[in-house]
Amino acid sequence: MFFPISNSHINPLYLAIVGFVIGILGGFFGVGGSFIAGPALRLMGVDWNYAVGTDLAHIVGKSIVAARKHRTLGNVDLKLGMIMALGTIGGAEGGAQLIQALKHAGNVNIVVSWVAIPVYVGISMFMLWESHTTLKLNKGRPRKTVSNAKAAESKADHSAFEPITKKIQRMKIWPVISLPTSGIKEISLWTILAVALVGGFFSGFLGGGAGYIRMPSMVYVLGIPTHLAVGTDLFEIVISASYGTFTHAIKGNVDILIALVMHTGAVIGAQIGVVATQYFAGPKIRLAFVPLPLIGAAIVVYTLVTGHKL
Amino acid sequence: MKQDAAKSLRVFAAELAIYAVLVTAYFFLVLHVLGGWLYQLETKHRILYAVVAILLIAGQAVALDAVTTVLFRFLRRRWR
Repeated sequence: MFFPISNSHINPLYLAIVGFVIGILGGFFGVGGSFIAGPALRLMGVDWNYAVGTDLAHIVGKSIVAARKHRTLGNVDLKLGMIMALGTIGGAEGGAQLIQALKHAGNVNIVVSWVAIPVYVGISMFMLWESHTTLKLNKGRPRKTVSNAKAAESKADHSAFEPITKKIQRMKIWPVISLPTSGIKEISLWTILAVALVGGFFSGFLGGGAGYIRMPSMVYVLGIPTHLAVGTDLFEIVISASYGTFTHAIKGNVDILIALVMHTGAVIGAQIGVVATQYFAGPKIRLAFVPLPLIGAAIVVYTLVTGHKL
Repeated sequence: MKQDAAKSLRVFAAELAIYAVLVTAYFFLVLHVLGGWLYQLETKHRILYAVVAILLIAGQAVALDAVTTVLFRFLRRRWR
C-alpha cells in the first residue's frame, strides 16, 4: 500500500501486526511502545522524522482504547492523570530544548546515547531487585480478601521500596492534595509535578512517551498501586501524546494514514493487554516490565556500535 | 475450566476473523478515499491537518473500541 504523505510503500498487514504487538505491551504495562514502533517503521524505509511523529499519533489512538478499558476496571485516577499531563508537557518541552541545544553543539547523538544506556539499564536492574524482593516478602504474607477491601485497597500492592515511598509522601510541601482513587490521603502537588516533569523531560530528550520511566516512578515515588499506575499513565499519555502529535504534524512529521492502519491492530492488542493485567499481581507486572527498558538500551547500543539508526 | 478457556479462545478467534474482514474493507474504502484529501491537507494547510489527524485517530479509537466490544458481547451471547 502506498502512503503518499511519507512517500513510502508498506504492507498494511505488517503495520497492523506491529500495532498489535505494541497494543499488548501498552495495555499491559502502560507504555507507548515507541522503542518498537520507531525501529519497525524505520525498517520499512520510513524517514526518522516521520517514524517519530507517526508513532506518537498511533500512541494517542492506542492509549485511548487501553485507558477506556482500564477505566472500566477502575484503574484510572483522572485527577492524578490531569496533574501529571501538565508536568509531562512542561518537561517534554525542556527535553526538546536540550536536544536543540545539543544539536547546535553537534554532539546530540552521542550524548543522548550515553544518557539513555545507564537510565534504561538502571531502571531494569532496580525493578528486577525490587519486584524480586517484594515477591519473596509476599510469600510470607496472608492473602487479603478482595470482598472486604475497598476498590483502591484491593489493588494496593506491597513494594520493597515502600519505606522510602512513605517518606516521600510525608514531605508536606504546600499545596498538599489527596488522591482517593489511588488510596493516597496526602501528597504534595510538587512531588507529583516533579515526577511528571522528569518523565516528560526524558520523553522529550530520549523520544517516545517515556512510560518506562513514568510508570515505575508513579509506583515507587508516588506510591500508586501498579494497576492504577498503568491505567493512569495511559490516560496521561493520551493528553501528552496528543500535544506531541499536534506539534509534530505542524512540522510535517506525521503520516496519519500509517498511524490509522497501525492502530487497527493496536485496538485488539491493547484490549488483550488490559484484560491480562487482571490476572497478575502488581509485583509480577513489575517483574515482567524489566526486559522493556533493556530492549531500549540494546537498540541504543546497536546504533552506537554499528552507526545505523534503527 | 478447560471448556471455558476453549470457549474464550473460540470467541476471540471469531472476533478476530470478523474484525479482520471489517478492517480490510476499511483499508480499501476509507483510507483510499481519505488518502488524497489528507495528502493535500498536509502539504497546504498544516495546522488544519494537525487538528484533523488528532480527530481521526481519536475517532477511530472510539469507533473500533465500540466495534470490538459489540462483537465480543454478541459472540459471547451466541456461544453461551
